[in-house]
Amino acid sequence: MCRSAPEVSAACRGYQRWSRRRLLQTSASVCGASWLTRFAEGLSTAADANRRTRPKSLLFLWMQGGPSQLETFDPHAGSWIGGETKAISTSIPDVLISDSLPATAEQLKHATLIRSMISKEGDHERASYHLKTGWRPDPTVRHPAIGSIVCYQSPNNLEIPRHISILPSQWPARAGYLGPSFDAFQTNDPAEGIPNLKARVDQHALNNRSGPLLNALENEFQRGRLANLDLSRTLHQSATQSALKMMSSEQLKAFDIKAEGRGTLDRFGDTPFGRGCLAAVRLLDKGVRCVEVELNGWDSHVNNHELQAGQAKILDTALAATLHELHARELLQDTVVFCGGEFGRTPQINSAGGRDHWPHGFSVLLAGGGFRRGYVHGATNANPDRKLFERQANSQLEPSNFAERTVTVPDLHATILHSLGIDHQVEAMTPIGRPLRWSDGSVVKDLLS
Amino acid sequence: MRRIARWLLMTSALFVAFVIVATTLNGRPEIDVHRVQDRRVDSDFEETLRTANIQLSDMARAATVELAPPADNLAIARRLSLALVGSGLSLEEIRALESIPADKQIDWWTDYLLSDQRWADYFAERFSRAYVGTNDGPFLLFRKRKLNTWLAEQFRDEEVGYDQIVRAMLSSEGLWTDTPQVNFVTATMDAANEGRGDPIRLAGRTSRAFLAQRIDCLQCHDDFLDELHFGDSENPIGGTQQHFHELAAFFAGTALADPVFRGIKDDGQVYKFKYLGDSEPEEVQPAVPFQSELLPVEGKPRKRLAEWVTHRENRAFSRATVNRVWALLFSRALVEPVDNIPLDGSVPAVLDTLANDFSEHGFDLRRLIRLIAGLDAFQRDSRAEFKVTTEHENAWAVFPITQLRPEQVAGRLFQACKLTALDSSSSIFTRLKAFGDSQNFLKRFGDRGEDEFQSEAVTVTQRLVMMNGNLVAERTKVDLVNNAGTRIASLVADDQCAIELIFLSVLNRTPTSPEQIEFMKYLDGKMRNTRQRAFADICWAMINSTEFSWNH
Repeated sequence: MCRSAPEVSAACRGYQRWSRRRLLQTSASVCGASWLTRFAEGLSTAADANRRTRPKSLLFLWMQGGPSQLETFDPHAGSWIGGETKAISTSIPDVLISDSLPATAEQLKHATLIRSMISKEGDHERASYHLKTGWRPDPTVRHPAIGSIVCYQSPNNLEIPRHISILPSQWPARAGYLGPSFDAFQTNDPAEGIPNLKARVDQHALNNRSGPLLNALENEFQRGRLANLDLSRTLHQSATQSALKMMSSEQLKAFDIKAEGRGTLDRFGDTPFGRGCLAAVRLLDKGVRCVEVELNGWDSHVNNHELQAGQAKILDTALAATLHELHARELLQDTVVFCGGEFGRTPQINSAGGRDHWPHGFSVLLAGGGFRRGYVHGATNANPDRKLFERQANSQLEPSNFAERTVTVPDLHATILHSLGIDHQVEAMTPIGRPLRWSDGSVVKDLLS
Repeated sequence: MRRIARWLLMTSALFVAFVIVATTLNGRPEIDVHRVQDRRVDSDFEETLRTANIQLSDMARAATVELAPPADNLAIARRLSLALVGSGLSLEEIRALESIPADKQIDWWTDYLLSDQRWADYFAERFSRAYVGTNDGPFLLFRKRKLNTWLAEQFRDEEVGYDQIVRAMLSSEGLWTDTPQVNFVTATMDAANEGRGDPIRLAGRTSRAFLAQRIDCLQCHDDFLDELHFGDSENPIGGTQQHFHELAAFFAGTALADPVFRGIKDDGQVYKFKYLGDSEPEEVQPAVPFQSELLPVEGKPRKRLAEWVTHRENRAFSRATVNRVWALLFSRALVEPVDNIPLDGSVPAVLDTLANDFSEHGFDLRRLIRLIAGLDAFQRDSRAEFKVTTEHENAWAVFPITQLRPEQVAGRLFQACKLTALDSSSSIFTRLKAFGDSQNFLKRFGDRGEDEFQSEAVTVTQRLVMMNGNLVAERTKVDLVNNAGTRIASLVADDQCAIELIFLSVLNRTPTSPEQIEFMKYLDGKMRNTRQRAFADICWAMINSTEFSWNH
């Protein structure tokens, strides 16, 4: 049975936040004044207009290690590749996903599911780069992660970073040729607080350190050197001032998930990833443009089923709560949610009960922004020829043998950028003097509403 | 009985630890200030240096910019130390340097660093990034640490020329554990290549790292931007897909042997590729994109390629190396980017002067480093009485201001908090702790990866790490062991003298008068603990200054 745990609990616990539209309309209804209702309609329309003009943001839920499509969004229960995973129905008619994602199954009506992603990279690091930037690694230029492009394309009006990576492991989002100021700010489990934000001395000592002592050194260093040294070259003092401002910013409260009720915390799950997702929702609400939250540990070369089921349980609670919360806070229309990893896992199960790397047909979930709701794109072959997996037949590992209506990684990026209101064909000049588009893929119109 | 056994075990462990510490402490040699080699007796060396200096002066003249005055020796020594071992000078080293006659200080210091194991290790890591990148690489098949150790051994061996190192990497066969140079090949053997070296990635790496030719775009199409030319300025040949894949064809036979414990073997496989617009793949024979007359006719493909790449008359090879070493010393390449020097374009004359000297003197890296370190441009100040602009920097009329790489910031930080050099004679525990702390620091601070010379600006994250991070907090708090500032403050009663010593230790210079006045004012009336905390504040300010994190 598929029940929406978040929605049920919302009704019971009354946690659901009141949107401006709902509050104004309900107030008017309670008063019984039809003219007030019209007035409220007008006000709420204005509020919606504000929402619409709000720049779009990106929530990048990164499943590091390569989640198995067969144990998450594309089960083939009963076939020879299906393994032990069972399929359950979802809030999209006739669409089944893994029984390890029951809460997500209820929220799937908000999302687009792509089951036919293909990539040309089978190594974790290279494939992660590919998925995060939309480009295959090129030693001559380092491409920006999509979150960096989003930030680059919008003005900065925050005292806290606009691009944040929560729980990053080896390869957090980097800005590449856009410069490190667009790198993701890295932070750990929100329960631990933000690293390096608290001064190690009292305010008086900090004022002395960053005031007269530092100024004496800076004044001396600038003397006789490159004109306008800080602004034209180092940005060292500017960054110091930004860091000091951030250390005392009220906006930091967006990181503080304890400000949410116990019920909300519980819905996201008592895990670092769950807390990361909740912090991400709060940050997006504050105006942060891109938050990456990572759930590591999907690389199941051994004991695939147990490992994937364990990770899926963490994902399920957090993802369902995230979609629900973004929807409840009216953030989903302005936020694109991506959930996926660098590749999928092989249809065949290896001798250690594991599945290996598989870029020839895997799943990602998208929601919000301009993406269709309750839509599934592409499919994988439920019963591929076993002979194709024999070593001698590696040359036949063509995606067309395994997936239909395939979507490439560049196409995925072009479509996400389009959904965020960014023209993916705009060219930026790279440091090597070579103009590059944000993405060299094409928009997949079927994915958009 | 168990209690006695436990007691014996703990006693033994303590004894072993004591022996290790005692050994390393006793083994710490004094700095030999008498070993000053006079490199200038070599007339070729002097002639090359003179010509290069004239050419650099001509550059400045052509750009109509004034030349900055010479920097003081301590500033030059700091640049050298950052470039060759990735850290600043210790107070102990500064005192040794000061005991040398001024006109011999830089030569002595260069020799001192080049004879230090730290130099070989540091350069090995810098060069290996160009050879194999910073990826973890394929599991089991790739051992980066083995490759780095092997490289460091080659750099330390004065009899081994750089051309020999490159030939070994390009042509060797064997197992990646006992023939570490083959890791150059195995770095590309990931799951997608099914036990074979990736000819495409190897061709790209070879071209960029050894020849400073970025021809990667030719992998997919001919050069339609008219930017890639082979041949020379009189007979330019446009870059084509064929050029790239003919180079890749040299690596087509690179495969895992059967049985696999024999490592990498050449199995003679033919390279096939379907060119853009063609319907069928075709066999591609190995060929080089320029100076084909230097390519040996006989031999295994990779061996032929290695001979061609490192041929004395292959100007691209010596230019590529000079440009990389220049970039390591100045933190900025002579021709940017560091791995793309046009064959037919005009390059600064000094590049060819140094490249000629390099190829004519056995591809001797030490000699090349001594030459660059001896250049007037390297020894110029980064400040001047006139208004300094980027034109001055571009013409090497002033020493350029560049951001230290993350590992240099970490190295400088560790060294700034110690009075003696953090080197191979330091205790094993000190070095292990420094290594662990350094990895943690770099994880937060960020690592530039392969793009080591790409100019960047400071980020808020980096500033937060330096202002509030664990490492800086540990090294600046009142601590007699981990903070040189505390030790100086507790041993030196005179504030003025203590300030000067801390300046030397952290920033490797003496304070100016305004700085001295400001810091004396800050210390005024502070006694005992408050005085020590005030010195901690001073150390923090120095470590957080622009000067600490930027080369100048």
